[in-house]
Order: sequence, then structure tokens, then C-alpha cells
Amino acid sequence: MNAILIRGGRVVDPAQGIDRVDDVLLRDGRVAAIGPADGRTGDRDVETIDATGLVVTPGLFDMHVHLREPGREEDETIETGTRAALAGGFTSVACIPNTEPPIDTQAAVEFIRQKAARADTCNVFVVGCVSRNREGKELAEIGRLVEAGAVAFSDDGAPVYDAELMRRALEYCRMFDRPILAHEEVLELSRGGVMHEGLVSLVLGLTGMPAAAEEVMIGRDIALAEVTGGRVHVMHVSTAAGVALIRAAKARGARVTAEACPHHFTLTDEGLRGFDSNHKMSPPLRTAADVEGILAGIADGTIDCIATDHAPHAPEKKMLEFDRAPFGILGLETAVGLSVTRLVQPGLIGWPRLVEAMSTLPARILGVDRGTLRPGAVADVTLIDPDLEWRVDVRSFRSKSVNSPFDGWVLKGRAVATIVAGRVKYRLGQ
Amino acid sequence: MNAAPFEPQRIPSGWRHRHLLDLERLSADEIRLLLDTAARFKEATDCCRRKLSVLTGSTVVNLFFENSTRTRTSFALAARRLGADVVDFSTSTSSLSKGESFIDTARNLEAMGIDAVVVRHGTPGTPHLLAQHLDVGVVNAGDGPHEHPTQGLLDIFSIRERLGDLSGVTVGLVGDIAHSRTARSNIWGLLKLGARVILCGPPTLVSDRWREIGVEVSHDLDAIVPRCDVLNLLRIQFERQNMRPFPSVREYAHLYAMTSDRLKRARGDLLILAPGPINRGVEMTADVADCRQSLILDQVTNGLAVRMGVLWLTCGPRDHGRQGRGAEPAGPPAGGA
Repeated sequence: MNAILIRGGRVVDPAQGIDRVDDVLLRDGRVAAIGPADGRTGDRDVETIDATGLVVTPGLFDMHVHLREPGREEDETIETGTRAALAGGFTSVACIPNTEPPIDTQAAVEFIRQKAARADTCNVFVVGCVSRNREGKELAEIGRLVEAGAVAFSDDGAPVYDAELMRRALEYCRMFDRPILAHEEVLELSRGGVMHEGLVSLVLGLTGMPAAAEEVMIGRDIALAEVTGGRVHVMHVSTAAGVALIRAAKARGARVTAEACPHHFTLTDEGLRGFDSNHKMSPPLRTAADVEGILAGIADGTIDCIATDHAPHAPEKKMLEFDRAPFGILGLETAVGLSVTRLVQPGLIGWPRLVEAMSTLPARILGVDRGTLRPGAVADVTLIDPDLEWRVDVRSFRSKSVNSPFDGWVLKGRAVATIVAGRVKYRLGQ
Repeated sequence: MNAAPFEPQRIPSGWRHRHLLDLERLSADEIRLLLDTAARFKEATDCCRRKLSVLTGSTVVNLFFENSTRTRTSFALAARRLGADVVDFSTSTSSLSKGESFIDTARNLEAMGIDAVVVRHGTPGTPHLLAQHLDVGVVNAGDGPHEHPTQGLLDIFSIRERLGDLSGVTVGLVGDIAHSRTARSNIWGLLKLGARVILCGPPTLVSDRWREIGVEVSHDLDAIVPRCDVLNLLRIQFERQNMRPFPSVREYAHLYAMTSDRLKRARGDLLILAPGPINRGVEMTADVADCRQSLILDQVTNGLAVRMGVLWLTCGPRDHGRQGRGAEPAGPPAGGA
């Protein structure tokens, strides 16, 4: 069988301005047509999927995922992480290079691509290091990494601390038209910190990471983007003032894009009161006012994308004393549910904006030919049941780790089928 | 207070906790019950000098991950005064240096049939984590800068012994509030009992945010001294500071040390507490430490009484249901969105 007909779903493809109930025909791994399929239903080689009541979107794209391989296979592997992605409705992920060793050579990029090909799950796009060995001292061989297939550059996990190095990286990447994905943190201000600095950290006696630690660095990188003409993509924006800085920069025409994570628009530092290390991540959960700021940024487009910063950690690591437990939270398998529940259900944004944030724009920012159902495009498609209520159960996760504070939450909206290059790679309940 | 002879047969029904993790989540009644229990033990042991046998057969483990002499000794003496066996477990002799996690270490101790763990740790929330994983009582003997509930209780106990009811009493906590677990336990206990709390120190050690929970914040010791019934002088915790929060010790002492000059401007019956160990010449001058209003040595004796009360409430016999493992919520339940 080499064709799939998705019948009667609400097709949402912002790249083409489409939002209507229609049929989508996939053939030979490509989108063949969008339009009423009356004449084609009899074809013997066509598998039909009834999508009545479902939302049919270009395959979802998470541009911020830590797959942990190579080096930390006890937390996640390329195979388990990409299976988690499929179960979450993602047909593509971009993997961040803070592995051991870091992805700073052609051989390392090739390793990821081979492992991903062998897993035969979703698309894995590789992000390379900005600096050699992720040390923040000198540029990695960015041109060679681009040749090997790297789509963007990041030292995430840590900021590119040296302002001069960041400036050179932005200038250098211009000739490849690749963005720098920036983790924004002034380390002196967040030193020893394990959570947001505010009333809750004060009461708990935990060392805080002030919002200013993130905002000062966002400000620096916006200035460097403007002076170099390079592209900065601000990762995991967590503060309202950070959103405001990006909004102002965009208004001036700076080449700045940004992402926010579902946990940052859902949870606050109040969740730390039980000392549950599943609430520990960087940047940290902040205040209700910051959540409001991020929601507003998503609604008005200041925040381009939703990305998860999927950061698995094996249970024995998270069970340590709070300051020894690592930063990080799972994201892939709860992103759709949280986004639908927090953004679409309350009417903050519509489906076209959600699809734009989770598919169209991540693909566009990374310069990858995905994120649309235009005829001829690769047939990556996600089918979402917008009304399905389900209970999060970390034991059922495909991920190798279980560090999610959302265990037991009831969410609305879930991917029910994930199709990669015309092949159904995931169906809910199978 | 009830004048009947003290016969601790059963834990009072007003105490339903398995652990003593912090004062923030106790009610005023529960704090009063703890203080009353301590008072009865103080009386029954002739000011903590005589031995009882109410916990004979129980074993208490002192699990200290941070150096401590005073608190550990106080807990050990309190347990022995009640007839319990005490095992000291310190990190230098433990398998933690071999890479074992502290939860595994505690589980090993639990498997040896103990009744309570008294834990001190440099990280906030560690006693709470232990309470979720162990089936024995956990007493917090200080978790980083978070809380030190028995210290808070003994400070309040010492004030109450002199002044009676705390409602309307003004207590100034002076010094390194940022890094002080003693300050946090005092704040919660005092607020719940109706006292007025003033925090005083430089803005780098005393955040204005504290006002959000109903305490007063001042950066001017001279302005608050005349208004206070009690001053609790907290130690500067140089060891917990990333960067020194004031230019010099000399400058700090000039602004915030309690001196005999400042004492002259205070009420004549001002009480002075210090959780110790004190840095003489930094938090207070020597003459203040030894003045007649100083309760510093009372605090040490009362520490024994409070810890006897706490250990008994943790290990003693009870005939009403108590919560099992993990049942004591460590925080608000995560709500669904």
C-alpha cells in the first residue's frame, strides 16, 4: 500500500492559509492533493483513515529536544526519545548537542543521523555546537557541520558566555543562513540557584535564579543580532520582561525569533513548595505574571514557537537532594495536551496559530522543508483529537524517563495518529 | 497549665503528625501543643536534669549531613533523658562517600528497626524527601536555610516562659535572615501565635519581599530597638554566602551589632536571644551577650525540653490513627489545569 486518504478532518495548514474540513491524499511519501476525494475512494491501493472530528495538521515539529545519546543512554536514547516524539504527535525533532561528547564534528552529526535512520521513527534534525567541545572558547567548525547536515547551532545547557564569541558566531552563521539557538543566562546572577528567585524561594530557603539573569542575556543577544544581522532564536523564554524585550526587538526589525515551553506557560514556582525535583528545570518555573506574559506573547506572535525542551533524567538522579537533582522536565508526550488545554480550549489562540507555533514556524526557523501540507511536500501529518480527555500516566510514556510533574493531570487534546513520509508510525491505542 | 502529675501514657489527640518537618504548615494549636508538651517535660524532669523512661526500647538515629555539636548533643541528651537509645550517624563515617544515595542510607537504617530519624542536611527539603520514602518518624534538625523547627520552638518557648501569651509581643529578628533556618521557623511560629515580627538587616540579607507574608522589614536597627519586646540576634552565616553581602565585618557590626549603647535606648525589660553559636563582636558585643536580659543559656536548657517533647510526640505510644508513609502531604497537591 502506498497511498493514504485522510477523510473528513479539519485540515489546518497555515502555510497555505487552509482551515477547512477536507480530504488529504498522501501518495508515495508525498502529499498528493487536498480536496474532496469522491472519485478516489474506490482505489484498491488506498488506505482510508476516517478523520471525522479530528484536526489534520502538517507534522508537528519540536525544535528543542534532548535525546541524550551519545553519553547518557540511561536517561534517553535516540530510539526511545523519537518514539516518545511520535506518541506526542511529533514527526520531527531537532536534537540539542549537549551530549557526551557534544555534537561538534561531522562524525558526531553522522552518528546521530545513522542512529535515527536505524530507529526508523521520526525525522531527527541535528543542531551542532556553537563552540568547540561546547567550551565557549572558540567556534566549532560550523561550515563542516552545515555540510554534514546541522540545521542550527547552540551551546544550550549553558549560554554562549563570551559576548565576542557570540558576536562572531552570529556573523559567521549569516553566510549559511543558520540561526543560533540561545540559552539566555548570566551565570553570576544565577550561581547556585535551583529555582526562580521570589517569595517562594525566600520561604523555602532555596537559592534563587532571578528573572534578570535571563533578561540581561536576552538583551545582550538582541543587541548582537542587531549589530551583526545574524539570527538569534531565544530558547525557552520564561519571563514576562523577556517577552517584552523580544517584542520590542521585533518591532525594530531585528532578526530575532523565540520559543516557549508548555511548562513555562502552565506552572509557577508555587509548585516547588513540595520540594518535588520534577519541578526543577532551567530556566525555572516563574510567577503567575510571567505565565501571563508568555501566554500574551504566544497569542500576539512575539513567541513564534512552542518547543518542549524535553530533558529526560533517570529516576535515581531526580530522587536526590533538591540541589543535587539535575535540571529538566519531559515534554514530548504532554506538549499537545498542555497546549490545547492551556491555549486553544480557553480561546487564547485558534488552531491555525497553534499549528503555526508547533509546525510551520519551527520548520521555517530551521530552514527545513517541513511544516506544510502543500502538494508535493513530504507527507508528514499529525491527526489530533481536539476533544479527547485523557489522564497523563508517566508509566505509559515511551520515553525512558518519567520526570514529569504532570503525572495524573487530566488534559484535553491528544495526537491519535502520526504519519511520517506517508507511513503511519503511531496510532493511539496500538 | 494542668497541674496534674505528668503521665505521658498517650500522645494527645491534637497531634496527628507523623513527622516534624517545619513550622510553616502547623496550626497555632499544634504549635501550642508542642510548647505545652515541652513545658510538661521540663517540669517532669526537674528542669531537664532527671531521666524518664517513657521511650525505653525506642531507638533514635541522629542523621547529620552537616557539622553540628550543639543540636546533635541536645537531641541525643533529650532522647536519653526519655530512655531511648541513640545512634549517631555522621557523613564522614558513612557510605555516602562511596556513592550511596542518602535515601538508600536512610532506608538501611530503617531496616535496622529504628523509630525516628533526626536529620540535618544542607539542602532545603531533604527531611521532606526522607519522610516520603521512610516509614519512621522524621524530625528536621535544620535543612539548609529553610527551617529548624525545634530551634524556632525553643526560642518561642523561652519567650513564652518570660512573657506568657505571645499575642501582641514585638519580636525583632536581626541579621542574616537570608541564610537563616532559625529565622524562618521563628517567623512562622511567632506569626501563628499572634506576635508582631520585625526583620532587620541590610537589604542584601533581608528581602523586602518578606512583607508579603505579613512581617515588617527594616534596615535600621536603631529605629526598631525601642519598639521591641524581644530581640533575636542571628548569626552571620559566612559559610553559606556566595559573595559577602556587606563590605566588611566592621561595617556590619557598626550598623547591626547589638551594643550596650543600643541597649540603653531599648525598653528596660527587653529580652535578648541568640541561637548560637554567636560571633561576639559581630552580632552583639560581649557585654550584651552576658547581660541580665540575655536568655542565651535558658535557650539551651529549653532546647532539651522542646526536643524531649518532639521526640515523644514522634516515637511515643498513640491510640489514634496516624498517617503512614507518604501520607503527610509535602506540599499542595498538583492541580489539573
